[in-house]
Amino acid sequence: MKYIQEFRDGDLARTLAGSIAAEVQPGRTYRLMEFCGGHTHAIFRYGVQDWMPAAVEFVHGPGCPVCVLPIGRIDQAMALVLEHGVILCTYGDLLRVPASKRRTLAGIRAEGGDVRMVQSTTEALRVAEANPDKQVVFMAIGFETTTPPTAVALLEAQKRGLANFTVFCNHVLTPAAMHSIMGGDAQQRVPIDGFFGPSHVSSVIGSRPYEPFVERFRRPVVIAGFEPLDVMQAARMLIRQINEGRAEVENEYTRVVTREGNRKAQELVDRVFELRPSFEWRGLGSVPDSALMIRAEFAQWDAEQRFSIERPENKEAVKACECPAILRGEKKPTDCKLFGTACTPENPMGSCMVSSEGACAAYWTYGRHRRDLQAQGSPS
Amino acid sequence: MSGEGPKKRRLNLAGRVEMGHGGGGRTMAQLIEDIFLYHLDNPMLRAGNDQALFEVRAGRMVITTDGHVVSPLFFPGGDIGSLAVHGTINDVAMSGAEPLYLSASFILEEGFPLADLDRIVESMARASREAGVPVVTGDTKVVERGKADGVYIATTGVGRVPEGVQIDARQARPGDAILINGTIGDHGVAIMSSRQGMAFESSVQSDSAALHTLVAEMVRVAPDIRCMRDATRGGLSATLNELARQSGVGMLLQEAELPVLPEVEAACELFGLDPLHVANEGKLVAIVPRERVDGLLETMRKHPLARAAACIGEVTEDEHHFVQMATRFGGRRMVDWLAGEQLPRIC
Repeated sequence: MKYIQEFRDGDLARTLAGSIAAEVQPGRTYRLMEFCGGHTHAIFRYGVQDWMPAAVEFVHGPGCPVCVLPIGRIDQAMALVLEHGVILCTYGDLLRVPASKRRTLAGIRAEGGDVRMVQSTTEALRVAEANPDKQVVFMAIGFETTTPPTAVALLEAQKRGLANFTVFCNHVLTPAAMHSIMGGDAQQRVPIDGFFGPSHVSSVIGSRPYEPFVERFRRPVVIAGFEPLDVMQAARMLIRQINEGRAEVENEYTRVVTREGNRKAQELVDRVFELRPSFEWRGLGSVPDSALMIRAEFAQWDAEQRFSIERPENKEAVKACECPAILRGEKKPTDCKLFGTACTPENPMGSCMVSSEGACAAYWTYGRHRRDLQAQGSPS
Repeated sequence: MSGEGPKKRRLNLAGRVEMGHGGGGRTMAQLIEDIFLYHLDNPMLRAGNDQALFEVRAGRMVITTDGHVVSPLFFPGGDIGSLAVHGTINDVAMSGAEPLYLSASFILEEGFPLADLDRIVESMARASREAGVPVVTGDTKVVERGKADGVYIATTGVGRVPEGVQIDARQARPGDAILINGTIGDHGVAIMSSRQGMAFESSVQSDSAALHTLVAEMVRVAPDIRCMRDATRGGLSATLNELARQSGVGMLLQEAELPVLPEVEAACELFGLDPLHVANEGKLVAIVPRERVDGLLETMRKHPLARAAACIGEVTEDEHHFVQMATRFGGRRMVDWLAGEQLPRIC
């Protein structure tokens, strides 16, 4: 397919791999965190690491909206369905994430709760219009990429005067999470030499919001596209910066991302949302200014205002599940005792195995042959 | 065989299915006469018994059954009627057998438009006629409005296996080649494009087709085909993983050899799907001894349902029974089963 296959070209990959190998300095390692699950997925789906020198290690970050949502928020969503009798609309993966007592939204649906998977916020609005006698809640999740469509839905609800539609807002912010990863106790922090910046997020916010980050933490950030050649090219840019002792924001994904981003989308988001003083992340804990909440002007379309929902406890459903440490980049999925034994995509114990963007799901779905390759002493 | 002079139908096709249409009385008799017999007519069905009687020659027979609940009922390239015929013929044919007869059981929802039922049964009759496999017995039940979704059709098929043909999912051996008869993912994308809530414009047609004439050609040139299976729900990945597990082997696919229509690839990109997980209704996978590949591909490509036939990989020795793929990009990855459902009610 035009404009896609060009970015998955094996011959170009070979050339690029050669130049990366030449760039890597002997005796040095490069720990590169791909913040976003989209990159983790691309790395595994195309086998990007098969082209990378052993000195380069990909560290998987928390950029998977389903994964970082704390259990308490899903418990709240279930309460909306069970106690308030609402129709809950949300994006697909969330339905299978185990919350307290390993209950899932899909399970609630099987018991008769009205939980619907939607592809867009427009679809959620349609559900509200088609069911005027029911309360319809759109459970909004996602990073900056999915925020503008939610803003549009709220503006539409206001315009149409939809009285039975609200948004349960769980939108989170990328730069704040990156600060949290680097800003913790230096003793415990995972060593990371550079970051891949999520491309779709920057198509909205631009590359500028990472500038304070590189200045403060002296780690390079390269905004990278989601195709495998994008990842390799960005890796080369990171390695070059590390070698030269630079820490700058660079943009590999120039075909979409600018420094300023999508102004129109930013304005929309700003009209509807404001910073949430603090938000609980799975894995990262409570992070200040890391999420959005709905402005008072739109309070009547804010599910948290319309329904009294108990504050969540956020207890991990399964104690042995290493999702939190995996989301911080401290552990790999294969370090988890449950991985591949008690926990598989068919029977997930934690969110990282559920979401297609989760690191555990990527390891299991695309990469579980690798452990054996390593065990046989012949890493590919 | 509704073509033998225009028969007069008394049933009002502008009407709807009523509970009485399944009640065993005159209303039901009229429905059977004016829709089912009208389109599917053949001597065995016309005999009007609760069973069909046929002679059996010495040899091996196969029997299979399949329920069809597809939504929407009509989709680009087919409908639930043609699908119910093709699906069961293919399950018979994957043993190498020649399909002989079909039975059909209809579960109808009260209120379902008779005109739609007529269209579905007409399409079923056309598919059965084209395949040369008659529907020789059937059953109709009606359930209250809201207790079903329009119409469900279960079909059963019987067939005769030619002498010397011994196809079994447990027979793949390391070194064997993996063949497919054409592009993957067409059916799933066609269904998706017509689903409410997902609708997008697409020229992709379902690949729904009866594969038994292709299979007959294949077993003629290669009676020692080891395994054969149609890659339906769960897509090619599910079928290959099933075969790998049943045979206790691994597999290595070559992504560059996988036939995928550009439109299907584009739709999958858009929706974040993997064509390997998307359903087919006219695609078979055959695992064959390496030396049969050239002859089989030559024969297959002469058949209209296998013009894009390809050898997509090979069977390997692997105690974990992993299906792996060498990507066009130059890496290697697992090809896993699909977890959960990608798209409910695809067939």
